Amino acid sequence: MKRETIIAPPLALAGAPVRARRRGLSPARIGIYLFLLSAALFFLLPLYVMLVTSLKSMEEIRLGNILALPFDLTFEPWRQAWSEVCTGAACEGIRGGFWNSVAITVPSTILPILIGAINGYALSFWRPRGANALFGILLAGAFIPVQVMIYPLVRLLAGAGIFGSLPAIVLVHLVFGMPVMTLLFRNYYAGLPQELFHAARIDGGGFWRIFLHVVLPLSTPIAIVAAIMQVTGVWNDYILGLVFAGRDNLPMTVQLNNVINTTTGTRLYNVNMAATILTAAVPLAIYFFSGRWFVRGIAAGAVKG
Amino acid sequence: MAVTVLVAYLGTVLWTFRVSLTSSRTFASDKFIGAAQYTRLFDNERWMLSLHNLAIYGLLFILACIVIGFLLAVFIDQNVVGEGMLRTVFLYPYAMSFVATGLVWQWLLTPGTGIDSVVQKLGFPDFSFDWIVDQDMAIYTVVIATVWQFSGLVMALMLAGLRGIDGDIWKAARLDGIPVWRVYLAIVLPMMKATVATVFLLLATTVAKLFDVVVAMTGGGPGTASEVPAKFIMDHLFLRSNIGLASAGAVMLLIPVIALLAPYAYARSRRSRA
Repeated sequence: MKRETIIAPPLALAGAPVRARRRGLSPARIGIYLFLLSAALFFLLPLYVMLVTSLKSMEEIRLGNILALPFDLTFEPWRQAWSEVCTGAACEGIRGGFWNSVAITVPSTILPILIGAINGYALSFWRPRGANALFGILLAGAFIPVQVMIYPLVRLLAGAGIFGSLPAIVLVHLVFGMPVMTLLFRNYYAGLPQELFHAARIDGGGFWRIFLHVVLPLSTPIAIVAAIMQVTGVWNDYILGLVFAGRDNLPMTVQLNNVINTTTGTRLYNVNMAATILTAAVPLAIYFFSGRWFVRGIAAGAVKG
Repeated sequence: MAVTVLVAYLGTVLWTFRVSLTSSRTFASDKFIGAAQYTRLFDNERWMLSLHNLAIYGLLFILACIVIGFLLAVFIDQNVVGEGMLRTVFLYPYAMSFVATGLVWQWLLTPGTGIDSVVQKLGFPDFSFDWIVDQDMAIYTVVIATVWQFSGLVMALMLAGLRGIDGDIWKAARLDGIPVWRVYLAIVLPMMKATVATVFLLLATTVAKLFDVVVAMTGGGPGTASEVPAKFIMDHLFLRSNIGLASAGAVMLLIPVIALLAPYAYARSRRSRA
């Protein structure tokens, strides 16, 4: 009797809405939870397998079960993945790729956000002539497969003498990031009160003054969303880095693919999986720490388009 | 500022179109040969195979993502305990790169060590799941991996759509004694037309861009069994030096995207004018 009263209140609290509690654990409820639970297991399976594989020795992988927990826990594969594994010609681990990705991602996040903010500001407050047509084409640009633009871009950048360099890959990320960044900021600024802008104009503010002193300080929430989208997008990019970054700046994703798919000798599955986790770690960390902003970002980028 | 983008976007697309009408191979050529590259493209077995693959892939991927995403959203919408955690679990694959996704699934599906060996050790020695090395099945493994990656995103968008629907509908439906599943199919789903259209557009453009996963997961193989148009174009641009043919392929890839976008843009402009 006593034990029941202790357990009962938290259980009742857990199923907060009355409607849900009244239904109790009917067969339908059990079915719902079974479905969700099995779905969750399916979604978690690859993450789990990646993790346990990266903590096993090769011998254990060969003999054992892909789902089994590591019998003899080892962090050696992680060390090898970070600083020893061959990423093509060189065998210095994927840490080089990690720092390349950082070097690419930082400017490729800041510049598109700044330019997206300026574009969005101009489109929502100043409305230059032909702004709608311009915006339409820009939006369509977000859907164009990159293959259509790659050859001319290679030629243009080669003509400018920067093909295969850090500035080249940053510029390309700027071009491809601009539509969504502009869209995000335009939609956000469209929700700001127009009176604010009119008042600033009456006070004699010009294009840049209003942008710097009125609009930019109000932009923090959307800038966070934009930064999350751009960091994950640039970090996860493969094709642009492959084509434009040049041999010395290859991002982590490209090096990772080289690690795993150019095999000489035996495949070190444990090292491969450690390298994969290391590559996925940055966007996953961003997602887990900023889940709601992340969702808001993709929703804003997708739904309002 | 936006003008440069216009040049970068419109300019490059027109440039590619122009190249596709020339006899360019390793180097760009100004010799116009009309639609010959397009004829050659559609005589190319590998291109036709890649179109065939993309059709199978696109159909299954879009269908599976929408069905699974909608189911997940509906089930999560039943006042379940731990909703936040479930959403996190379903959506995390979307944060990963296509390359990482491809590599993980490659490992999971490797015959001899992957899922098939697990089932064998469970006491089914004859079980085999070797799609990834099977000419006819390889493209389906790409479907599995990308559905795993994307259905959480569809769930998130659908869930937002479901939550945006007026609660009175549910009260009315309960008074009329309509079973829940019928309300979802016959009333709620049609009300979410806009969400479904957005999801469809998002998935469809993802299909046209399909490249990274294939490279990471199967490398287009075994042989050329899981070849896709985007990879065909990249190979002919950079490995097989056939720029004219690659550009023709790129233009073809653009057509379905425009065909999808045009009605969408039209609907938008009509809505904003009204």
